[in-house]
Amino acid sequence: MAERATKKAVLHVRRGALNEASRYDDFEVPFEEGMSVLDALRWIRVNLDSTLAIRYSCINANACKTCMALVNGEVEYTCIAKLAPESITVEPLPKRPLIRDLVTDTVPDDEKL
Amino acid sequence: MRHLTSDVLIVGAGGAGMYAAIAAARNGASVVLLDKSLIGRGGATVMAQMTVAAAIGQQEPDHWTIHLEDTIRAGRGLCNEELSALLCEEGPARILEMEQWGTRWARENGHVKQEMAPGHSRRRCCYVDFLNTGPAVAATLRRKVGEISEVRRISNVAVVEILTRDGRAIGAVGLNLSDGELVTFAARAVILAAGGLTKLYARNSASANMGGEAYALALWAGAELVDMEFVQFFPIGHLAPRLVGMDPILWDPFRYKLGGKLLNGNFEEFVDRYGGTDFGQYTATRDLASYSILKEAEAGRGSPHGGAYLDFRHISEIQLRGAFGPVIDRLLLNGIDLTKTAVEVGPMAHYHMGGVRVDSNMETRIKGLYAAGEAAGGANGANRLSGNAITEAFVFGERAGSSAAEAAKQIQVDWEPELATAAIERIKALRRWQSKNGVTAVSLQAELQEMMWEKAGPFRTGDKLAAALARIQQMLRDDLPSVSITEETLYNVDLQDWFELRAMLTTAEAVVRSALARSESRGAHQREDFPEADESLLKNQVMEMKNGELVFQWISPVRLNRVEGSHG
Repeated sequence: MAERATKKAVLHVRRGALNEASRYDDFEVPFEEGMSVLDALRWIRVNLDSTLAIRYSCINANACKTCMALVNGEVEYTCIAKLAPESITVEPLPKRPLIRDLVTDTVPDDEKL
Repeated sequence: MRHLTSDVLIVGAGGAGMYAAIAAARNGASVVLLDKSLIGRGGATVMAQMTVAAAIGQQEPDHWTIHLEDTIRAGRGLCNEELSALLCEEGPARILEMEQWGTRWARENGHVKQEMAPGHSRRRCCYVDFLNTGPAVAATLRRKVGEISEVRRISNVAVVEILTRDGRAIGAVGLNLSDGELVTFAARAVILAAGGLTKLYARNSASANMGGEAYALALWAGAELVDMEFVQFFPIGHLAPRLVGMDPILWDPFRYKLGGKLLNGNFEEFVDRYGGTDFGQYTATRDLASYSILKEAEAGRGSPHGGAYLDFRHISEIQLRGAFGPVIDRLLLNGIDLTKTAVEVGPMAHYHMGGVRVDSNMETRIKGLYAAGEAAGGANGANRLSGNAITEAFVFGERAGSSAAEAAKQIQVDWEPELATAAIERIKALRRWQSKNGVTAVSLQAELQEMMWEKAGPFRTGDKLAAALARIQQMLRDDLPSVSITEETLYNVDLQDWFELRAMLTTAEAVVRSALARSESRGAHQREDFPEADESLLKNQVMEMKNGELVFQWISPVRLNRVEGSHG
């Protein structure tokens, strides 16, 4: 247990909403083998900063397809992107209109209000 | 403020909601179909990797009345048999309709292939290969609703209150998650199809987005709930190593087919210690498997994550690949090599048998308010058969949609914005508080999930349930009104979590109160302090909210006049 608790991952996360200046926040997260990037983002929301905006639904089945973000510059489903005990950068999808933090407008046009 | 009008408003766009939209539209109604996630992506349907039960009789002779007998037997005397009969009788038509719309059920020798599943007396479970049933049916329905111009689909809107006038549903207020604005909906009929409550539990096997909102919305609107104590726990859900991209209940068919060994933390077989006969046969019933796994863990002999090991290492790689197909590669991607590693499994919340009380048209006691799918309670009594959940979503969705469309033709709702004023004032008042104690809604959700798992999970006692009830009431009274919420408007996750927490607490209270009152063990409800069934409790509990308080009464189950074995 003690050994497990000493491993950490650091998430370097781009923050900010549409029409706001963006910034990067660093979050240190306890690392457990097999963790996903989404697990870490959810841990941050419960334990460090509840205001971090993320989008997900099914958590880990890769069924809902709503949790995409840029992980170290690559487009990934954060639910299946594996976390490592090192630093990673997480940013919103670059080709979608930003809403807030990691949430971009991925709603199909014909499903919008 | 945005305002939309339709004949029928549907809350939730999983299997039941999408089927309801199609049925309402083909019966002449205009439809607004809402989901707080994306249409056909949230909810439980898309997660279901297993099978769909229906007596289409293509694998072997079958009849819906035999399916009904199996369903009622599993329900331990508490099924609303009218609803069970509807599920079983109309299931075949829905399965075949789905095939016409493009679902590719696995076939062999020119017919739909149907498998056996525990509790069924015939091979009647249809599926889409490999472990792809839910995503495939969700895709079919998503495409189908997309083709219907009378269905207006709207994603990312969470309904926070159903509007009623004189005992009739007339619309709803929703929160547009993208911009934080409230939206009003006027409708002649409203269908609750927002699924179950698995999110109440720390260990669960369904989508993260079902926190029991359908039940809470129904209670607040004046409708009744039934059988809220009957949460189904799946005994061998996946615990570790971390497995992503897969349904956590995937192991069951493989264990059934190949015989995976259930071992404790010391790698010893143990189910036989609890009166089971699993040794060498791997056929322990679900409740026995759950009980023995949790008891071993309690005795300090669990696997590292508090469950048991499921071990396939005695099976050859060729046999494993034959049974698992491409799934074996998806497991390898997760670093799981079944020839070398035993996985950890344990019970997890999977489905809710209880729900909104409806008649056979899926209507609640509030006129014009319907429920369908997992949101509706009663068809499965105290325990649900494997394969009945997706069938229920299709059948009840279709029935709710066509009933609501017919009802909409009979009435007129003259919308005035004032009808929503009280609800909107209530909701806006929530935004006026400041952060007081720094407690967040998402952390309270996490606390509630852990507590429900510990105190209202697979094995319950009066003491634990009473402690859970006290904390839930305290959270409702003290914590919910003082949660920190930022002022942001665009995609404010704190605000979404607050609304979700509010519904989760109301639904959790309904579950815990019902579980406390049922002082017996029956089906999915197991009380360690009352280990036997009590025939005087062969009744359903019906709940309603009166002046903000939950009150319940016992009623006799709805029974059909049927003769055992009359199908011949």
